[in-house]
Amino acid sequence: MKKLVALMMALAMLLSVASVVAEDAITLKIAHIGPTTGAAALYGLATLHGAEVAAAEINEAGGKYKIELINEDDEHNVEKVINAYNAALDAGAQMILGTTTSKPCEAAGAQGYTDRVFFLTPSASSTAVIEDKDNVFQICFTDPNQGKASAQYIAEHKLGQKIAVIYNNADVYSTGIRDTFVPTAQELGLEIVSETTFTDETTDFTVQVADAQNAGAEIVFLPIYYTPASLILKTAADKAYKPIFFGVDGMDGILSVEGFDTSLAEGVMLLTPFVATSTDEKVVNFVTKYQAAYNEIPIQFAADAYDGIYILVAAAEKAGITSEMSAEEACDLLIAAIQEITVDGITGSMTWDETGAVTKTPMAATIVNGEYVFE
Amino acid sequence: MKLTKAKRNKLIYNIVTFALVIGAFLILQSMIANKTITRSLKGQLVPICCWIVMAVSLNLVIGISGELSLGHAGFMSVGAYTGAVVSGLLMHVYDIQDPTLRLVIAIVAGGLLAGIVGALIGIPVLRLRGDYLAIVTLAFGEIIRNLVNVLYIGTGDGRLYGSFLNKKLPEGITMLVDGAKGAVKIKPISTFTAGFILVLITLVVVLNLVNSRAGRAIKACRDNRIAAESMGVNVTKYKMMAFVTAAVLAGMAGALYGLNSSTVVPTQFTFNQSINVLVFVVLGGLGNVLGSVISATLLTILPEMLRAFADYRMLVYAVVLILVMIFTNNPTIRSFLNRLIAPFKRKETTGGDAQ
Repeated sequence: MKKLVALMMALAMLLSVASVVAEDAITLKIAHIGPTTGAAALYGLATLHGAEVAAAEINEAGGKYKIELINEDDEHNVEKVINAYNAALDAGAQMILGTTTSKPCEAAGAQGYTDRVFFLTPSASSTAVIEDKDNVFQICFTDPNQGKASAQYIAEHKLGQKIAVIYNNADVYSTGIRDTFVPTAQELGLEIVSETTFTDETTDFTVQVADAQNAGAEIVFLPIYYTPASLILKTAADKAYKPIFFGVDGMDGILSVEGFDTSLAEGVMLLTPFVATSTDEKVVNFVTKYQAAYNEIPIQFAADAYDGIYILVAAAEKAGITSEMSAEEACDLLIAAIQEITVDGITGSMTWDETGAVTKTPMAATIVNGEYVFE
Repeated sequence: MKLTKAKRNKLIYNIVTFALVIGAFLILQSMIANKTITRSLKGQLVPICCWIVMAVSLNLVIGISGELSLGHAGFMSVGAYTGAVVSGLLMHVYDIQDPTLRLVIAIVAGGLLAGIVGALIGIPVLRLRGDYLAIVTLAFGEIIRNLVNVLYIGTGDGRLYGSFLNKKLPEGITMLVDGAKGAVKIKPISTFTAGFILVLITLVVVLNLVNSRAGRAIKACRDNRIAAESMGVNVTKYKMMAFVTAAVLAGMAGALYGLNSSTVVPTQFTFNQSINVLVFVVLGGLGNVLGSVISATLLTILPEMLRAFADYRMLVYAVVLILVMIFTNNPTIRSFLNRLIAPFKRKETTGGDAQ
């Protein structure tokens, strides 16, 4: 018993010392919510790691703000995300960096709209994420905007006339992009010669690739995640079919698929605001630190989350958030503040309007010698 | 009133079951009233009620009726989608703003439609036995999920629009079900009280069914089909009774579940979800209704309690599952537990004799 009391006192002293040290800085409690386990873990871990790099950087610099990062796993599940969100608020979170994936973000964002909690999502890109709520803001493009931008890019750069689309019709992200890509492409005078679908369980893409090949498509548009994309590239290589493969941000990560022959991805183009091989000073700094900490090349999601922490700090500064504010008190101040700031991050220069959508310039990268290169 | 020993045991079992559920509800309500409950637990109350109803109803099929059904999540999705559409319809078209009324109508509709689907599936399926039934129900669950994946329903100018396979709906209407995007823009109206009442209804229905004449017939079909048939029991009829009842309850749970969130996606009702409910049932004990209630509650809360383990959370969860399975089936531990309960049991028996 005595030992316990002594231990408690020691702890109390330690805590009081710690609070004296941090007295000057304002502590922002930011919760990262994303799938750190399960099928979408690669994205959740990327956003978590990106946020951790940014938080460590800010804490080391020892400026006006200190970041306390809380992490909650949502398993990319609409039911579990509410639990993660509630656990984060129980832990004292003032604002939320998340959630990483679209559908959970839609559910948690709606709950946050009722409870008045501010959300800044690095990578949830469907329009439903920001629709009908004033509390959710995005760092990435919405899916329809990605589809539109892809079609415009292909038309402007005259990459080809005949286009095949292979998409996952059981996936919100994939159908969302496809639904604006096809009409935009047709408006711009491009020809959709083949359109085939698959679902999450599909592992054989022979039919889809053969259809594109037989229709003579010069470009195969893949608004899908990188795992099925890697299988499609393999199938096309087996059939000696060499169109231009054009992907969107879900394609990012294809070079890190285990057991995938990266030479198959040569010449693949993708719409992404971030490439790790860029010589931009800020990007180099981020990539170096990220590699040192996690021993891997960061993907776009990590970069988005890295920017996310800086955006939250900028918005908090504008709004005058203090350590004691609750999530409810901070929410409306942050909503007003984020619409007034411009953040020059590693994924571009960003501004926001009241819809929650971001404004920044789209860029396309090509894979050359196993690396992403901007045009 | 003189009761036989078996009847008395059943009565005690039922009283304990209801007392536990009602007691838990009262404690939680008082915690909500004086705000000592954490957000995390409060957010899980409605899902827990849904999973209890799912587990108890599946137990009716697997434990009581003895048929292995692997498509229970399918019925839940029918209920969830029906609930979302009916609630949206009542709000937009019939202008019923009272959330309780909408919730009740949505739950009843969800149960009814799931029941109809259950009856349609049951007619061919319940003629199969053993593994075949398991495979057909598994396929059913997947078919339902793939159908709702290409279902589009919306409302506008006081009318209901729907299309299948392709989104061919007029512009500017409010979408209720949007294909792969699932049921969208649901106004969450489920409450813990509604969930509690649904759990009570489920317990009353299942416990009464089990202890009735029909329940004995259902169990007879499970224990020995040929003997039951030769005694004049209509096997298909009684199996249907259990199957459809379970489907109705699962549909109601689905409606409550769907209306608890702002969105529902088809991927929530995969084969894995059916297996998840099966785990609740097996862990709680086949045929043991109280066991299902407890295991569904604990296994829903457990992953949240394990959040402290961060990345190793699901690993710990799996290890806990294995340990519970081993311990509850270990003869040494069982006899030890029985010896612990034995003194109380003897007292009860002597008390009974004295009456």
